[in-house]
Amino acid sequence: MGDVRNPKVQFTKIFINNEWHDSVSGKVFPTINPSTGDKITDVQEGDKADVDKAVKAAKEAFKLGSTWRTMDASERGKLLNKFADLLERDKDYIASLETIDCGKTFRNARGDVEFGIKTIQYFAGWTDKIHGKTIPVDGNLFSFTRIEPVGVCGLIVPWNFPLMMVTNKLGPSLAAGNTVVVKPAEQTPLTALYAGSLIKEAGFPPGVVNIVPGYGTTAGAAISEHPDIDKISFTGSTEVGKLIQQAAGRSNTKRVTLEMGGKSPLVVFADADLDKAVEMAHIGCFYNQGECCCAGSRTYIQEEIYDEFVRKSRERAMKKIVGDPFDEKTEQGPQVDHDQFTKILNLIECGKMEGAKIECGGGRLGKKGFFVQPTVFSSVTDNMKIAKEEIFGPVQQLMKFKTLDEVIERSNNTHYGLAAGIFTNNIETALLYTQGVRAGTIWVNCYLASGPQVPFGGFKMSGQGREMGEDAIHEYTEIKTVTMCIPQKNS
Amino acid sequence: MGPDSRNRNPEIKYTKIFINNEWCDSVSGKTFQTYNPATGQKLCVVQEGDKEDVDKAVKAAREAFKLGSPWRTMDASTRGQLINKFADLVQRDIEYLCSLETLNNGKPYNESVLDMEGAISTIRYYAGWCDKIHGKTIPIDGDFFSFTRMEPIGVCGQIIPWNYPVVMLSWKLGPALATGNTVILKPAEQTPLTALYCASLLKEAGFPPGVVNIIPGYGPTAGAAIAEHPDVDKVAFTGSTEVGKLIQQAAGRSNTKRLTLEMGGKSPLIVFDDADVDKAVEIAHQALFANMGQCCCAGTRTFVHESIYDEFVKKSTERASKRVLGDPYDEKTEHGPQVDQEQFDKIMNLIESGKKEGAIIQCGGKRFGSEGYFIQPTVFSDVQDYMRIAKEEIFGPVQQILKFKTMEEVIQRANNTHYGLGSGIVTENIDKALMFAQSVQAGSVWVNCYDATMAQTPFGGFKMSGQGRELGEDGLKEYLEVKTITIKIPKKNS
Repeated sequence: MGDVRNPKVQFTKIFINNEWHDSVSGKVFPTINPSTGDKITDVQEGDKADVDKAVKAAKEAFKLGSTWRTMDASERGKLLNKFADLLERDKDYIASLETIDCGKTFRNARGDVEFGIKTIQYFAGWTDKIHGKTIPVDGNLFSFTRIEPVGVCGLIVPWNFPLMMVTNKLGPSLAAGNTVVVKPAEQTPLTALYAGSLIKEAGFPPGVVNIVPGYGTTAGAAISEHPDIDKISFTGSTEVGKLIQQAAGRSNTKRVTLEMGGKSPLVVFADADLDKAVEMAHIGCFYNQGECCCAGSRTYIQEEIYDEFVRKSRERAMKKIVGDPFDEKTEQGPQVDHDQFTKILNLIECGKMEGAKIECGGGRLGKKGFFVQPTVFSSVTDNMKIAKEEIFGPVQQLMKFKTLDEVIERSNNTHYGLAAGIFTNNIETALLYTQGVRAGTIWVNCYLASGPQVPFGGFKMSGQGREMGEDAIHEYTEIKTVTMCIPQKNS
Repeated sequence: MGPDSRNRNPEIKYTKIFINNEWCDSVSGKTFQTYNPATGQKLCVVQEGDKEDVDKAVKAAREAFKLGSPWRTMDASTRGQLINKFADLVQRDIEYLCSLETLNNGKPYNESVLDMEGAISTIRYYAGWCDKIHGKTIPIDGDFFSFTRMEPIGVCGQIIPWNYPVVMLSWKLGPALATGNTVILKPAEQTPLTALYCASLLKEAGFPPGVVNIIPGYGPTAGAAIAEHPDVDKVAFTGSTEVGKLIQQAAGRSNTKRLTLEMGGKSPLIVFDDADVDKAVEIAHQALFANMGQCCCAGTRTFVHESIYDEFVKKSTERASKRVLGDPYDEKTEHGPQVDQEQFDKIMNLIESGKKEGAIIQCGGKRFGSEGYFIQPTVFSDVQDYMRIAKEEIFGPVQQILKFKTMEEVIQRANNTHYGLGSGIVTENIDKALMFAQSVQAGSVWVNCYDATMAQTPFGGFKMSGQGRELGEDGLKEYLEVKTITIKIPKKNS
């Protein structure tokens, strides 16, 4: 498998029916190591024709009477647990692969795989606990619901948590009995393809999981337009999420769940533990190179503690160790690619031009790869671009507020609604804030604390539908009501 | 009130736009005409809502949804009381509503009575749910306390069709209000009158201003404005698949608003050779002809086992020929007019295609009478799967009877459609019933009955018949937004 820093890439083809295929077109695309800017390897480039093949396989695997459809629900659970075991067995290798393909630190990549394992195990436990109901309907009738798999699901996965996003989506979709076509992001296909090999090794029947690497505008669009895909689950930008919902309406009104961007408020009250809040706000913003949909990217600090908070945040950011992601001491790796790198630097320039004060950072780090200095802006006001647009990079916005009502309103003054956080020791403040802010996840005296047990998703234009928790299963099921006439009803 | 005192000329009291519990004219000053489909005559004009009126309504609904508003700070149980009060008022004015519904829609008065009773049931059902909408506490890993709040989504746009005006209003308002949302409802342009009367009852019941707003108008104007509106959080639409697709596209183009769709169907009803033929004929007849065939889940592909086919066709033809058409206020009438000229033309066109493509017309096929939009109950036999009448939704009183041999074959043919709304099977055999129920791709499966849908049972489409469910507990989910709250605690204990 190679050593940790140079994992040997084993799978670069398209995965359909448990087999590895070249692209129909013969085209390949490169995948780059963002720490160096160098190509790692070429990968088969899937396009519409490959998606068609994959959908055909998934449809076949979903047919009534197929191995997958006639399998006990508990058996599905066993297969998922086996998949989790294999992820555990190859954890370090997968983390290595993730690090060279995505740029996150090796430590974080391992954490991602561990989270993925837990997620698969969580959903493995649900398979035989998906309940319909019997219903006390009026009349001489017996009525019940069957909770059926939706069918063929297209799963479009982003590059910021490549393996973890695959497990987030495979968990509930497979637990509920669907068949899937996964499209990993073009920047980061390698760990998804390796996961394909483990799906096969675990014993999933052919066609249940298919993986088509490729680009959004070709393979991704083919999935969102496909007349034979029953549901699409997309994680990515709001801009593309809108295109996907339109494509669904244009084609076959397929069901859609979306996990999109955010500009999440993180609020620190004067009664909070200041040092803890500084640290959590820092992690909340800078974790994963800032490439996190629920990053706390608007930090509101109560005016009494503002200056001290700014000072401590600057110190913390300046201490951050940015460098080789395989190095034990490294806290922040490169951004994922040149496009993101450029976008972030542009937004930093906007911040400077619009009058925010740059406390530290503000430019590129080094000459190779896509490294950005941890950057802190203070005196940010709500109307600035850096306060409104998702940066998706290591850039922190520090803003001042006075009262709870004011900060609830400012927190809500956005089209996004993915997450929020509040630091306070006052119970009323915490309860009123968590009640009042329109965000799918709200953290109190912590940030980014998540798990496969708790639903995650967006209000408003941050998304629709929920991943994780029992709620995720519902997104992958179709309710069938069966009502039978009986001679006489008794309660 | 006995049949003699049915009011054939109910006074039309409300013809304006309802926003913030007030009646207003359209911003444009435009109005549109409503008709009586039994006679084709004009009834009255109604204020025609368009984008500006929708904007006003959204503003009112958004205000009513604000944190700290009467609606948001009301006890859940009090919401239930208001919803029950609304049901009480519909019950109080049931005869008037039946008259008005029959006048504007054409359905027989007897059917309007059943509709109103169903609507009242649905409203009361959801009143009972208000204070039983539960989030969860969750055993998350780590030293945290995690729980979910089930919050109302916000401002909901609800676009309802003309085939069951008050019933559809109850299916939409019930769950939306039970979960605490505020609403902008657009009734169909053909049938706005009972919705507007219901608005007056909502005001009388005591709903705060802005909680329910009703905008009569057309689809491409008022409907589109709702689907495109950046401040509408969710749209629930019942209507054709063609328009449902436009709505999903509009949602994606605008603000990725949440969506539920209830669209068309071409639902299969299977009659096996072990069925009681007379009972099966009656079930299949009502499954098709109820509401003049204007039912999204109508059993419009009747598959009959070859060994009983000829007898079934003969008896179905006799039953259809006996169906009583006429004045919808008349006690004896079973069947009224189609809702308007456009539907009438579409149905007649599809009947012609059935003849041209070689199906055998057993009875009917022509206009009935010389006023209004009445069509004779029509039965086609020897229908083949490829014919237009076997594939396209007719939405009229036209029955298709097809022949089949085996269970495997009929399941495959039943599923061979983009639709997936209803389905039925008539058989005495438990294996057949269970295998069919399991295998057919349809949101509702009826066994030895049809159209048995009540407030308690979820209803909706597989595939291109729709997404999401109405009624039952599942109907509530569509109107809730899950918020996860995770609080750090010093030390976790189970």
